[in-house]
Amino acid sequence: MNEKNERMIFDVTYQPQVRTVRDTQRIMLDVIIATLPIVGFGVYRFGWHALLLVVSSMAGCVFFEWAYRRLLKKSITIDDLSAAVTGLLLVMVLPPQTPVWMAVIGDFFAIVIVKQLYGGIGKNFLNPALAGRAFLTASYSGVLTVVMIDGVTSATPLGYLYGDSPMPYTLAQSFFGAIPGSIGEISSFAILAGAAYLIARKVIRWRIPLSVIGTVFAVSFLGGHAGYGRFEWALQNVCAGGVMFTGIFMATDYATSPVTISGQIIYGIGIGLLTMLIRYFGGYAEGCSYAILIMNLCTWAIDKACHRRQFGVSRSDFLAQKTAGKNAKKEAVS
Amino acid sequence: MAFKFKGGVHPDYRKSPEVPVTVIAPPPQVVIPMAQHIGAPCTPLVKKGDTVKMYQKIGESAAPVSAPVHASVSGTVVAVEPRPHPLGDLIMSVVIENDYQDTPELMEPLTPAQLKDPEAILRRIREAGVVGMGGAMFPTAFKISSGRGKVDTLIINGAECEPYINGDHLTMLQYPDELLKGIELARIAQGVEKVYYGIEKNKQDAIDLLNAHGAAKYGIEIVPESTIYPQGGEKMQIKTLTGREVKPGGLPAGVGCCVISTRTAYAIYQACYEGKSVIERIVTVAGSAVKGPANAVIRVGTNFGYIAEQVGGFVRTPRKIVLGGPMMGICATTLEAVTVKGTAGLLFFTEEEDRTVEEPVCIRCGKCINVCPMRLEPTYMYQYYKKRNFEMLEKYHVTDCIECGSCTFRCPARMPLTHAFKTAKLMLQARAAKEKARAEAAAKEARK
Repeated sequence: MNEKNERMIFDVTYQPQVRTVRDTQRIMLDVIIATLPIVGFGVYRFGWHALLLVVSSMAGCVFFEWAYRRLLKKSITIDDLSAAVTGLLLVMVLPPQTPVWMAVIGDFFAIVIVKQLYGGIGKNFLNPALAGRAFLTASYSGVLTVVMIDGVTSATPLGYLYGDSPMPYTLAQSFFGAIPGSIGEISSFAILAGAAYLIARKVIRWRIPLSVIGTVFAVSFLGGHAGYGRFEWALQNVCAGGVMFTGIFMATDYATSPVTISGQIIYGIGIGLLTMLIRYFGGYAEGCSYAILIMNLCTWAIDKACHRRQFGVSRSDFLAQKTAGKNAKKEAVS
Repeated sequence: MAFKFKGGVHPDYRKSPEVPVTVIAPPPQVVIPMAQHIGAPCTPLVKKGDTVKMYQKIGESAAPVSAPVHASVSGTVVAVEPRPHPLGDLIMSVVIENDYQDTPELMEPLTPAQLKDPEAILRRIREAGVVGMGGAMFPTAFKISSGRGKVDTLIINGAECEPYINGDHLTMLQYPDELLKGIELARIAQGVEKVYYGIEKNKQDAIDLLNAHGAAKYGIEIVPESTIYPQGGEKMQIKTLTGREVKPGGLPAGVGCCVISTRTAYAIYQACYEGKSVIERIVTVAGSAVKGPANAVIRVGTNFGYIAEQVGGFVRTPRKIVLGGPMMGICATTLEAVTVKGTAGLLFFTEEEDRTVEEPVCIRCGKCINVCPMRLEPTYMYQYYKKRNFEMLEKYHVTDCIECGSCTFRCPARMPLTHAFKTAKLMLQARAAKEKARAEAAAKEARK
């Protein structure tokens, strides 16, 4: 027995010796699954072109990530499905008439410029899909700032809300998606179904989505608008534009949002406030994606400021520590 | 009542309390390490050629933080030399050739008067070599005596939150009366009135049984706790049962608590009522490399190869030997190593349990922060560790990490977080020691 055993060599690893099955790939797959009702509704509303866009954009992102890492002789990371998710999310915030080639250009910008140049997954500081959209909107504003359905251009619901003509869509139409808009943004109902799945699978937490949507609701409720009831106005602000989709799927992007608990709430409130600021006072009816990009840039600072109170430290001690730290800094400066 | 601590994870428990307890016959040779506790190692009291009896004391130290060791079989001492210890080193050990007689040398059971005397109980706990049998192996007598005057609440840890391990659960089911008497002794020794017994709800049968056997009569309040890892962590247990939080760098006694494990309480019973020293314990043997889980009573000093053989041999080639539970258990390097008093589990793992990746990349999902029971920020701590930024590591309280492994367990990117924090702590300690030495040298210089 001994002779046989002596030849055995064992691995030595530090604890824990077991890990959860839910790895990065599984999380990304969960995001893809969560978008299924949204994609399904988009295809139902806008036809097969929407599906073609989704598939080609996912393929484009995966290809660019593979090619970039191949050319630079880095490890191939397309297995983690994060590139596919970026391609999918990018299409969700584009209008249905977007040509396929345009989406692929957006893919290139999102994957190569925004994500890979900064080191790949987890390292980018801007949301790749939203940055890709912002890039496309700036480059092809004539094509992408309107929504065309069956060859007919229609103004977006937000255009009506903040424009001169009255809003032709009822609240129910906005909620269930009988409105023009980007492929993934129209049906709040489908988006909420996806969100429920993500939260049930613990892929995301409620903190960011709830604080984004809650803030948009609260600000528009307080702000109001002539010709609308407060509730109607606030709910239209939440449902008719991009707040639902971007607040749930984009603002919660891991790499570009804070990881601290209070930080996530501050970040979400910040997005909500900026969105409403842009909507009320900006020249652009849809504000949420830019609000998220701006808050992305604040993520690091927010996390640093939202240091957690660790176990065994009472609230008063924690505050005392904080002020002591501040005073020490002040002294060091003077 | 039950307060809640933040964070925690739900590992795949894979417990097997339904597997009946078996007794593994003692091996032809046992190897008794002289260090089976935290603190000063013992000096062997026997030499080669001596005859020893089962339960006989064979190693002792005069240091306060220590616990004597005892022979787990009767027979002849064939060697007193360094042998592989489960923790990896070669440790001075007494090797005993088993004569298969199990000739006992018991201590006198305590008299009814002594059973009421804290000092007598404490002396017996020390004499019997009782240590924290949950795995930490801290000498119990020292723990109790050092907490006197500060401790107002005794906590018995029956969470057994580690996957696979069943020893505490089965002890509750098998010896409820003995266990309750052991707890009563610990309470008398500690000199307190209040005893909480925290048991996770996945052991409802044990909770019911202990209540039926009159836990309340002994002044013990059994508190069912939610099943979440690391419920059995000392700090989490105190928080759950009393709402108190141990201060960073502080001890349980600092908040008036003393925590001892279920199996330790049973060992106290055996020491006082039966005069038995700690020479065996219940070990869960499991993992994908062995046939099936076994809950076996195993003598201290039995080597792992022999145990594997006794439970049916390897069905697959093991890649890892894990001592204790898989969340906090460490790896042994050889099958020659032996069980000690704190070995609650012996897991033989293959590739099946392995979920590490070659190039882990953090995706900043923040799950580590959500699950950290100490409310730390592992992802940032890891970044500062990579940069060797000690100032920030201290600011982010890496020294508070209890190394429960929750963050690493939950990490979808498979980052080696707990490992990094352990290393970071050691680096900080080394750095502090260096600085202290430098300051002392400077002070000396100044005095000249």
